Amino acid sequence: MSYPTDRKYTKEHEWISSDGKVGITTHAQDSLGDIVFVELPKVGTELTAGKTFGTVESVKAVSDLYAPASGTVTEVNGELATSPENVNKDAHAAWMVKIAVKDPAELNVLLSAADYEKFVSEEAGH
Amino acid sequence: MPQLLGDRRLSDLQWHRRMDGAAAGNHRSRTNGKTLTDKYFMKHMTRKATRHISQNEGLIFEKSSPGKAAWKLPPLDVPEVDTSKLLGKQERKDLGTMPEVSEIEIIRHFTRLSTWNYAIDLGMFPLGSCTMKYNPRVNEFVSRVEGLANGHPYQPEKISQGALHILKTLSDCLIEITGMDAITLQPAAGAHGELTGLLMVRAYHHSKGHPRKKILIPDSAHGTNPATAAMVGYAVENLKSNESGMVDVAALAAQMNEDVAALMVTNPNTLGVFEHDIHEIAEIMHAKGGLLYMDGANMNALVGKARPGDFGVDVMHLNLHKTFSTPHGGGGPGSGPVAVKRILEPFLPKPVVVSKADGTLGFDYNRPQSVGRVRAFYGNFGMFVRALAYIFANGPDGLRQTTEDAVLNANYIRKGLEGTYDLPYSTRSMHEVVFSDKVQAKKGVRTMDIAKRLIDYGFHPYTTAFPLIVSGAMMIEPTESEPKEELDLFIEAMKSIAAEVEEDPQFVLDSPHNTRISRLDEVAAARKPVLRWKPEA
Repeated sequence: MSYPTDRKYTKEHEWISSDGKVGITTHAQDSLGDIVFVELPKVGTELTAGKTFGTVESVKAVSDLYAPASGTVTEVNGELATSPENVNKDAHAAWMVKIAVKDPAELNVLLSAADYEKFVSEEAGH
Repeated sequence: MPQLLGDRRLSDLQWHRRMDGAAAGNHRSRTNGKTLTDKYFMKHMTRKATRHISQNEGLIFEKSSPGKAAWKLPPLDVPEVDTSKLLGKQERKDLGTMPEVSEIEIIRHFTRLSTWNYAIDLGMFPLGSCTMKYNPRVNEFVSRVEGLANGHPYQPEKISQGALHILKTLSDCLIEITGMDAITLQPAAGAHGELTGLLMVRAYHHSKGHPRKKILIPDSAHGTNPATAAMVGYAVENLKSNESGMVDVAALAAQMNEDVAALMVTNPNTLGVFEHDIHEIAEIMHAKGGLLYMDGANMNALVGKARPGDFGVDVMHLNLHKTFSTPHGGGGPGSGPVAVKRILEPFLPKPVVVSKADGTLGFDYNRPQSVGRVRAFYGNFGMFVRALAYIFANGPDGLRQTTEDAVLNANYIRKGLEGTYDLPYSTRSMHEVVFSDKVQAKKGVRTMDIAKRLIDYGFHPYTTAFPLIVSGAMMIEPTESEPKEELDLFIEAMKSIAAEVEEDPQFVLDSPHNTRISRLDEVAAARKPVLRWKPEA
């Protein structure tokens, strides 16, 4: 599949858009299976790049969400509290939090859509 | 027709013919409304299981009718007590809805429910990593001996010498088996043992004046390991496995520093592979002042063969309900003793059993460096009796043979299913073998679907989707309990399912077909849980 090129990706399968919205990738929701709960931080929480900021729970597993960049949470997608299945329906539209990115240079180290796609296909090796 | 099912001399074809003859006509599947002919059912059944009448049974509350009781009591012949005076505000006037049923109704209720169970006494329970071995009847016999069954932890030590002797003897046996120096029997299960072990690790580093921050955990570890480390207040650092599925020694050396309190390693690991670099791993940890914790969940592959104490382990837990044949799962309770090297002995939970000057045994509470008590009284004593009975019934040679048979059985299954199912790591297997669903996934059938279909064949499923380093893992641990005949039935079932996946993947995706209820809607259960029964309004 092709990943939207308007955003950057992490090796932990999150995406971040230029306006600071953060979500998980289609590949992530696919390997997790049906998502039943998303636990997100409150507005104002400080996130640190590479550290966990929440969890996503599927029928198979509970997985940590990792911040793609450091910054303050300015908005939380409240819809996911009652409709976690939105992530399964369209993971690239179902953003989780919006952050004010502290240092935009941090985004440069993240993967492009093409690099992420390559990473996913290699990871599927085992 | 047990004699028919058990007739091993029949060829498969003959067997299927006889089964076809034995059951005629169409049956409507209760579960999905589809009509499946017996022939279709039977074509896909093996010799282990067939259908049997399954009793429907509702909730006990639904059987209730007002005023019905199992027993009629004689009139009260003592003065009635005023409970409200005794209990004051605590008196509960409204007891809520209680089921009112006769004795035979309650007996039938639970007996019917019990026929829905699967148990080790019905067949193989290949749930990898759980070591679901047979619980020998001698254990139950010994644990019911009157003095043991009716003993009370508040009895004075003087009249508890027998029970204390059991604690001491079991401790000595487990110390000898593990090659460690001291042990606590208190923890109630494996994860509780991990917690106790890491509390001791933390107390040890504190006593050295250098409390450390991190615990290293391989990516193949049991999920309880990182959870335990976090509970004790440590940060968890993941350690990637190498291509053989083992701890990457170079990566460990690079990640090890003075901030690391311990490495938690499972050996054999969750792939059923023995960490043959374990000496070097221990040296790397010790050189920087760290400790080596071993998760003893897979000790069934080592007893009588190799001792963790001899390969550098500082602290480890055992699962008596795995390795030492005490009841597991709903039957429990579990028991997770923690064995340590001399350096950790001062931190053991208190009290500890000691021999006193007069030759009797007693409890020592004067342990200033102890992490404290981790369990009421002295642990799950009934399990100590059973584990000790198991150890004595087998003796050293018997225990060694148990290990050999467990490893042999796992490798027999490996050999039998190699080629049918993908083997992601070809490293030699110990007591369990991990396949993947790679071949079947091409037809859209995943490990969970194969596991569901296995239920139709009369087996408990294997462990699905674990360890995490194998995508679509199928983790199979037969234990030493299984005779070759049962292993053959299992292999036959797994091969038959693989053939079904090729012929008719949808049939496997829709399974189980032969159970009381079809596949549960786990998503609806998680998203809209109904957690208690309420009477209909």
